[in-house]
Amino acid sequence: MAAPLTLVLIVAVTIRAALFRSSLAELISERVEVVSPLNAWKRVVEGLALLDLGVSPYSGDVFHETPLIIYFFHFVIDYAEIVFMIADGITAVALYLAVQHYNKNVFRKQKYALEADRYPHDCLELMRTPKEMYYVPLKVAMFYLWNPFTILSCVAKSTCGLNNAVIALFILCTIKGSALLSAIFLALATYQSIYPLTLFAPALIYLLQRLYIPVNLRRPSFWLFTSQYAFMYFGSLAVIVCLSFFLLTSWDFIPSVYGFILSVPDLTPNIGLFWYFFAEMFEHFRLFFICVFQINVFFYSIPLSIKLKDHPVFLMFMQIAIISIFKSYPTVGDIALYMAFLPVWSHLYRFLRNIFLVCCVLLACSALFPVLWHLWIYAGSANSNFYYAITLLFNVAQILLVSDYFYAYLRREHHLSHGLYLKRKDGGEATLVLK
Amino acid sequence: MAPRSSIAFLLAFAALCSLQLCEVSDDLDQTKSEPEPFTEPNQVPVDEKLEKPGEVPPIVSYSDPIEESHDDKQWQATEEEAIAKPEPDEEIAPLSTFKDDFKEELVLRPLHSGDIYASFQFRTLWDTDFLQGKRVSHYHLFPKSLGQVISKFSVRELHISFTQGYWRTMQWGQPYLPSPPGAELWVWFQDTVTDVDGAWKELTNVLSGIFCASLNFIDSTNTVHPSASFKPLGLGNVTDPRFLRYAMLPREIVCTENLTPWKKLLPCGTKAGLAVLMKSEKLFHSSFHSEAVHIRPVCQDVDCKAPSWELRQTLNVVFDVHTSGQGKKEWSLFKMFSRTLTEACPLASSSKVYVDVTDNPQGELFELLPASPLLTQAVVLGDRRTYSVYDLTNKDTFGSTRSLNLLVRWKADSGEMVRPLLHSERYVAGFGLQTGEIHTLIYNYHPYRAFPVLLLETVPWYLRLYIHTLTVTSKNKENKPSYIHYQPSKDRLRPHLLEMMVQLPPNSVTEVTVQFERALLKWTEYTPDPNHGFYVGSSVISALVPSMVAMDTNNTQEQPLFSSFFPCKEESSYFVRIYTEPLLVNLPTPDFSMPYNVICLTCTVVAVGYGSFYNLLTRTFQVEEPSPGLAKRLANVIRRWRGVPEL
Repeated sequence: MAAPLTLVLIVAVTIRAALFRSSLAELISERVEVVSPLNAWKRVVEGLALLDLGVSPYSGDVFHETPLIIYFFHFVIDYAEIVFMIADGITAVALYLAVQHYNKNVFRKQKYALEADRYPHDCLELMRTPKEMYYVPLKVAMFYLWNPFTILSCVAKSTCGLNNAVIALFILCTIKGSALLSAIFLALATYQSIYPLTLFAPALIYLLQRLYIPVNLRRPSFWLFTSQYAFMYFGSLAVIVCLSFFLLTSWDFIPSVYGFILSVPDLTPNIGLFWYFFAEMFEHFRLFFICVFQINVFFYSIPLSIKLKDHPVFLMFMQIAIISIFKSYPTVGDIALYMAFLPVWSHLYRFLRNIFLVCCVLLACSALFPVLWHLWIYAGSANSNFYYAITLLFNVAQILLVSDYFYAYLRREHHLSHGLYLKRKDGGEATLVLK
Repeated sequence: MAPRSSIAFLLAFAALCSLQLCEVSDDLDQTKSEPEPFTEPNQVPVDEKLEKPGEVPPIVSYSDPIEESHDDKQWQATEEEAIAKPEPDEEIAPLSTFKDDFKEELVLRPLHSGDIYASFQFRTLWDTDFLQGKRVSHYHLFPKSLGQVISKFSVRELHISFTQGYWRTMQWGQPYLPSPPGAELWVWFQDTVTDVDGAWKELTNVLSGIFCASLNFIDSTNTVHPSASFKPLGLGNVTDPRFLRYAMLPREIVCTENLTPWKKLLPCGTKAGLAVLMKSEKLFHSSFHSEAVHIRPVCQDVDCKAPSWELRQTLNVVFDVHTSGQGKKEWSLFKMFSRTLTEACPLASSSKVYVDVTDNPQGELFELLPASPLLTQAVVLGDRRTYSVYDLTNKDTFGSTRSLNLLVRWKADSGEMVRPLLHSERYVAGFGLQTGEIHTLIYNYHPYRAFPVLLLETVPWYLRLYIHTLTVTSKNKENKPSYIHYQPSKDRLRPHLLEMMVQLPPNSVTEVTVQFERALLKWTEYTPDPNHGFYVGSSVISALVPSMVAMDTNNTQEQPLFSSFFPCKEESSYFVRIYTEPLLVNLPTPDFSMPYNVICLTCTVVAVGYGSFYNLLTRTFQVEEPSPGLAKRLANVIRRWRGVPEL
């Protein structure tokens, strides 16, 4: 399997290198869909320039990266293109290994369940086969590396690629069962953009499951491990934050990075829901709606963890997807990360209801973004509403996509416990409804 | 960043900057009480020995012996006088008797474009000391409204200007007192002030009331503390920029309602003296109009033991005589102001009208009526100028008609203007509403001397500057600024401040470019006419420009050899501050009619997400059973009520 992966990597790197050399790189790095005020490369360079001038990068409102990023690029600024290509490679390989491992687990569990005869007899066609699962890891790597969104993000040198790499490493460590490394990478991801905080729950559930500790609030073993993991997580977070403090000897980065993410002062258009909403918001409702919108991102983690407590990896996918839809400054790079997981759930295909429509909408929106942007900003023949309409549609499509996968997953689980061909009481063919 | 040598240079520069006002106007209004009295005597020998006594000797009048002690310094620029009148003991006498002193002046300069530049200066000097915290309750000539403001807010210096129109340096030369379009306010507070921002906020609101201007729009988003460009012009060596506040309102429109309160500050109002000329409908029917108030502490006497307060009110107007004169090149006081002068302000110790006749030594260019026997020479902005003087305190000036109506009739087209040595332009490049680039071009027309300039740019926060894109090029080569002070903006809190010192090579154009990104604002933050664009205030260029007089190589032959080997610093350069054009930048706008729609639509999308997840989270899959018919359900209700098993 290493050979095809290498091939995928080589092709991906070639595409990126070619684009970096072309005149498109400049154009792409200015696109608001690809870079946001949080992760634009231009702003990283600006932060470094400010440091060189002896001005704190956080004294202004242009630079919003974390201190570690600025110090990281302080050393590798000349090799930025390679760094971003490597980051994409790391993400892809990490996801590849993680999915490979996860599939092995899934298959083993399925084997045990089959041996214990826990599945209804008509569910055989829902069973996963090694043949089908064999290429899933490769597809994941391919979905990530060859996704135009990832390529754009990488060519624009958006630091989103680095965050994705950190999250991918976190997933890999979690799935491999290394609690410490998982906590460290989760802390890094949280440090970078707060929102991965919600990945704490799936990681914890997965690790508990691995250690055969039932999620039971009355068990001391559950609490012991939870506190262990939380300690590791918050400990490493504290270490990283303190390290940042000592790098700059000031706490300025806290309001400038996290305050900026949470209070959304920069209304530069992007593909998310925040910018136009808060540009048009009545001043006295602003705080209320900011709270509502930010709570909205974090809130889903509680009910989702309860509902999906037996399926932590799917929970992880859901959380990443929800973050990338509802976060304050989303870019296409965030979307690319959760889209890389779609091949993992390819066995749900038969239960998806509107995948065709959603795909069409996503494709059409991706094409319309630059068109309407041009009409608004350059041609002046359209106004902001046009671009806003497309962002709305794009988000609706994403929501439908994610909820469709969620629906399909739940439905498959239901069938696995109740049988595939359900009958009504009167013997007729039954239809499943949510009640 | 800045090496030690450049800091040392900055300090020297700052010291020279503080002299700018005296240098600019050293001929017009020379006081004995300048902060550094050594500078003027230095000027005298090098400059004025060049006079050829045989040719057109400057005739100096000492008609009024009572005022001599005040006047003699005005004439100190000529050496003859310095020799003729050694009177050190007389100088001190009048200062001890007068508490207030008021002088008024009008300078008329025919410009090469054919326009007329009229510059009024009114100076009130008051030997009192607000700095000591004494309560001053009796006011004589000094306006009480301003005196109270100074003492209440512990102001050390206050400079305010209101300008309508843009000064065209390339057509008109340098102005005596530069000012940017719109309103400009800069204040040095005393170092005893603890809450400078609070005092500044209150002060702007008070001044807004005094001058009927929108100075109350000055807040933290357009206030900066420049580190080097604005130094105190009066007494005092506090140069800590924490006590300096500088703000510009490029959008401010200046009109009669600003002029009226300004006129009320004059001791004679518009009843007598030069101020009778100030008729609003004429003053605002002009190409350029600028009124200013400068308050600063100056020395009382040579010893400088005690400070006195100087209030300088200036009004600069450029009249377009071509269009109003029906093509005839002729102007008079009456034509410009629809008034003539009949008397000096009785409260003024000096009241004079100067007409710049430098280009017209033999009367071949224009004819000036009535001719004045008095001439004076002075070095203004590095150039030696000759002026005809009309002393209004002298009854003979008004002649038999009891009124003075200066009239100039042009005989020939004006000759070549000496090109100003320093000139600048600014514009925004780029298209679309996403990004842009500010270009500032600074021209040095000096044929062989390079000199440094301090450039100050204040850019509002909604144009996000990227300092790493800053390039400074002259003659197609990178020109690294020797000093950069950059303060990045904070959204909705403070603007960008970029100050840098650039060395301008001789005879070159230096281009400073910096890229910016246009922010999308909240819909309530746009002005009522958002598609008109947003103003960016003028950038300020402060420089010590090599003097034209020093450039004049002919003089070397006339000078005594012993005086001319080493160039004298004060003589060889003079301070200039020039303001570039303000910029008008468009920002992307949201649709202002849509707030309800946007709130509804976005909330709908969030609700779609929330709803679909909620649905999946709270419900379970169930086999759909066909619902029983209505009759059966009704029957079941009744049976349940009766306690009978359901159907």
